[in-house]
Amino acid sequence: MMNLTALQLGEKIRAGEIGVAEAVTAALGAAENSRTNAFVTLADKEKCLSQADTIQKKISTGELTSPLAGVPIGIKDNICTSGLRTTCASKMLDNFIPPYSATAVEKLENAGLIVVGKLNMDEFGMGSTSETSHYGAVKNPHDENRVSGGSSGGCAAAVAANETFISLGTDTGGSIRQPASYCGVTGFKPTYGAVSRHGLIAYASSLDQIGPIAKNAADCAEIHKIIAGRDPKDGTSLDLPETACIKGVIGKKIAIPEDCLIGNGVDEDVKNNILETAKKFTEMGASIDYIKLPFNEYVIPAYYIIATAEASSNLSRYDGVKYGFRSEGANSLLQTYNATRAEGFGMEVIKRILLGTFVLSSGFYDAYYKKALQVKALIRKHFAETFYNYDAILCPVAPTTAPILGESLSDPLKMYLSDIFTVTANLAGLPAISIPCGKDANGLPIGAQIISDVMKDKVVLGLAQAYQGVQQ
Amino acid sequence: MLIDKKTVDYVAGLSRIQLDESQTELMQTELGKILDYMKILQNVNTEGVEPLSHVFSMTNVTRPDEVTGHFKREHLLANAPDRTDEAFVVPKAVDV
Repeated sequence: MMNLTALQLGEKIRAGEIGVAEAVTAALGAAENSRTNAFVTLADKEKCLSQADTIQKKISTGELTSPLAGVPIGIKDNICTSGLRTTCASKMLDNFIPPYSATAVEKLENAGLIVVGKLNMDEFGMGSTSETSHYGAVKNPHDENRVSGGSSGGCAAAVAANETFISLGTDTGGSIRQPASYCGVTGFKPTYGAVSRHGLIAYASSLDQIGPIAKNAADCAEIHKIIAGRDPKDGTSLDLPETACIKGVIGKKIAIPEDCLIGNGVDEDVKNNILETAKKFTEMGASIDYIKLPFNEYVIPAYYIIATAEASSNLSRYDGVKYGFRSEGANSLLQTYNATRAEGFGMEVIKRILLGTFVLSSGFYDAYYKKALQVKALIRKHFAETFYNYDAILCPVAPTTAPILGESLSDPLKMYLSDIFTVTANLAGLPAISIPCGKDANGLPIGAQIISDVMKDKVVLGLAQAYQGVQQ
Repeated sequence: MLIDKKTVDYVAGLSRIQLDESQTELMQTELGKILDYMKILQNVNTEGVEPLSHVFSMTNVTRPDEVTGHFKREHLLANAPDRTDEAFVVPKAVDV
């Protein structure tokens, strides 16, 4: 049963072929026996089964009409779930039980989905490999010696290994798309603001966005339909017009940035598979042009300056007073802060807080933070011009396939650089999807990325569905 | 740009994170490497470019000043490391 897509399972539930309780039991069992270390916490079985019972009744009376009603889902551990431990994979929040659920989770539960567990990740989303987790690294189901990608590594690995039907992740600089690429599944980052961030534990607020990781783009589109929309509890959330995904590719104009294929450490296998994907789109009726992205070499420094600056402010709330870890033995308030934060955060998180504090500190603000925001403005302007002429951009998700466990942590700058093709979508607020498009010589999955203009989420989802329709 | 130990200590102080000797040394090396790489941004001509903090032009969001719903005190105190029935407890903050 676990190899079904979320929509297939939903259909079988509606047809009465599979009971909701049966689906929940299977999902909890698969999560419990995870071989990828994808789960941090499992939901209480009794509670899930009682939810399943209620939902089963509501499906039969016609009260619940979502095609995903009754489908179990895994949630990344930085999204609050009322009464269910939410750790951000950090010692700092090891015992934190949220008093409320994120708006996205509430909407999923209202549609009849059942949260069965919380998924492993890089601590506070800070990493590109899911190795900085307090609960141990997530393994790649295609090769257990390799990383799952990050920071939503648990979400991607669990979907790929059939340990969950579908999952909800978050993307600050590629954290949905890159692990989806490394694990051979589909991951969608919506337009900034399309999904409410209320209840998402903040890393970098101007870049963070919630989105699905699933077995295909159709599942992603269905989840997006449920969770998108304006929320009074998030002032940056948008009221996107309710439109259907575009159908067909004929006449669509797609651009491939040349810099994403040559240099920048792009593997030959990755490049060839992207060219192959481009060919498929041409055969389906799209036109392909090659373009230049003039700011490619500046996106990583701009991204890490902005992200760490916001993180240094967002993470100041972990002071050992209201919730989470508190260091024992400190005998003044200041000592409590200093020791709690030193002991509660891992080194990658500490590094990013220090970096963010530095770029915001007096004397360095103009040279780093202000400069990064100016570069962001140039990047945004350039994308607006590009999308005046093109419907979408096609490029790799990452320069390489999944690295060996341990390799990236020894060279952090190299790890940062591996985000080069994903951070632009966050800096410019664009919707982007990662779809599997082939494998390298070692049999590891390669992901293709489709990016479109702000608010054009349905173009991205539509193109991805058209491609996957032809693949089948 | 290589940053000195004093700068690491200063930034760690602002961040309220107490580093030991070896951590300070590690951070000095790693932050130095990253900041050195970030210098590349200085090559971009940004003269006259307005810094962009938010990708959309937004208006301020307001609502009527009415009570909308609130959490039970017990729920919010439940996660506290140290508490009384009605308050968070912290170590002594002011010497008198």
